[in-house]
Amino acid sequence: MNREIVIQTERLSKHFGDFVAVNEISFEVYAGEIFGFLGANGAGKTTAMRMLCGLSIPTSGQARIAGYDVYKNTEDIKKNIGYMSQKFSLYEDLTLEENIRFFGGIYGMSSRQIKAKSDALVEKLGMENETKKLVGALPLGWKQKIAFSSAIFHDPKIVFLDEPTGGVDPITRRQFWDLIYEAADRGITVFVTTHYMDEAEYCNRLSMMVDGAIKALDSPANLKEQYRAASMDEVFYEMARGAQRKAD
Amino acid sequence: MKQFLTFVRKEFYHVFRDRKTLLLLFGMPVMQIVLFGFALSNEIKNARVAVYDLANDAASRRIIEKMEGGGKFEMERKAWNREGVEQAFREGKVKMAVVFPAGFDDDLSHLNHAQVQLIADASDPNTANTLVNYASAIIMDYQRERMQAAAIPVPVSTEVRMIYNPELKSVTNFVPGVMALILLLICVLMTSVSIVKEKELGTMEVLLVSPFHPLLVIISKAVPYFFLSLINLTVILILSVTLMGMPIAGSLWLLYGVSSIFIMAALSLGLFISNVTHSQEAAMLISLLGMLIPTLLFTGFMFPIENMPLPLQVISNIVISKWYYIIVKSVMIKGLGLAAVWKETLILVFITVLLLTMSARTFKNRLA
Repeated sequence: MNREIVIQTERLSKHFGDFVAVNEISFEVYAGEIFGFLGANGAGKTTAMRMLCGLSIPTSGQARIAGYDVYKNTEDIKKNIGYMSQKFSLYEDLTLEENIRFFGGIYGMSSRQIKAKSDALVEKLGMENETKKLVGALPLGWKQKIAFSSAIFHDPKIVFLDEPTGGVDPITRRQFWDLIYEAADRGITVFVTTHYMDEAEYCNRLSMMVDGAIKALDSPANLKEQYRAASMDEVFYEMARGAQRKAD
Repeated sequence: MKQFLTFVRKEFYHVFRDRKTLLLLFGMPVMQIVLFGFALSNEIKNARVAVYDLANDAASRRIIEKMEGGGKFEMERKAWNREGVEQAFREGKVKMAVVFPAGFDDDLSHLNHAQVQLIADASDPNTANTLVNYASAIIMDYQRERMQAAAIPVPVSTEVRMIYNPELKSVTNFVPGVMALILLLICVLMTSVSIVKEKELGTMEVLLVSPFHPLLVIISKAVPYFFLSLINLTVILILSVTLMGMPIAGSLWLLYGVSSIFIMAALSLGLFISNVTHSQEAAMLISLLGMLIPTLLFTGFMFPIENMPLPLQVISNIVISKWYYIIVKSVMIKGLGLAAVWKETLILVFITVLLLTMSARTFKNRLA
């Protein structure tokens, strides 16, 4: 593959006292790729992701996000990434329109830009009749789509999704992945953590984290072949069996 | 700057969409003023007094008449007996009894010495004290009246002038106290809850990942409450002037100026609490218990600080509402200027800066 590298880490670690949450992880993610970040609870996924987003300062190692250093250029990193947390992170007492306007606004987009883009977005999502409704009144699957759309509203280079599909049914999950593919087609790199193995299959490449370290990194097809497994489920169990850390 | 305004607008949406909180925000001061002003006043009006008059002569009748005149006492003139008086006390029908022995006027004229007994229900010591003081003053007054008639010079006469609050209205004490209490509660409670809410919702993470500066996040959360507090202050002032007949003797500008400083101190306290708590319930509990009780105890509007043991007096110094209370009383009631309250104002400024630095620091630590 001859593509631009947008995330590059080298022996990136995070210690909390004696506890090594993330242990010397090194990997690369290419532009426009859908990169899955798998691991059991407590494996260190969230800590690793927080370092990549500039929310947490690494203990040691190197990392460059969209070409910027995680130690020195956190402000530049923040301008070039989008983020969606497990909780969908929308304001339930604001309308769909106000939520989008707010998230566009804090990324410094002009009112005219926001207006034009939000009209197009609402049309794409088919939510023309819901723009004036409070987000709290919308179904979970819709909130999730809106949250994702606001995370990429400012056209970031990379979007980080932290277990984005928790609590929604498989059909909604499928629809959600259509949005992810569309974003990737537009050249946005998608970095996604997940528990769901069906989701893992949708990724271009996967990394498996066990006890703070990356145990495997390849495409889903190659991983299955390597572990002689029929599904990603089996690959995952095979890996997680050796884990020392208890899931919390 | 545009980002900042976007954020502040969002905060105002939150405030105005939450009708219950909004009602609480503006209902609380009105209720407190009315409560403290009317219901919880420590003035005594129409206290029922049993008149056990065994003398029933000119002197005793004149004293009873005078007591009745002030509006403080409601004299129960009926044929009392000893058991009846005791019974009335037990049933709480009277707060005080005044007993004139037989031959009161005679003793006074011929022996130049007579006794009148005041019996007060001291199960409520404050009321009992006040009642006895009022009654004694009236009896003294009668004595003076009588001596002037007899042209006997009184050796020492006291002339009492109650300055700043000649009518001894308790509102003058309560309004500044309520101002401190309300502003503190609203600012601390609302800001801390609103920030912790973002943490609980997970939106805080999203904000921190955005290029919007983290410190601006907390500052813009405080802005709406700053303005709401100023509105609240205005409501309290209007109420106390119109409803309670309270004067604003000093400069209104100065009053708003120091109030702004106090509001900022309270807001930074709210920010600090929000940084060290993780749930809305915890933030609410700390704000309520940590603010309400010290404010009631140590501000000085319920219990005089000078009468407290030294350790408590020292503790009272860190309660910001105490300083604000002193300033408001000086400016509003005594009509003093900045020259008289600069020290207290400076203390408030200092505490504000200290709290802001602490909040900024804890906020940063959370990120590392």
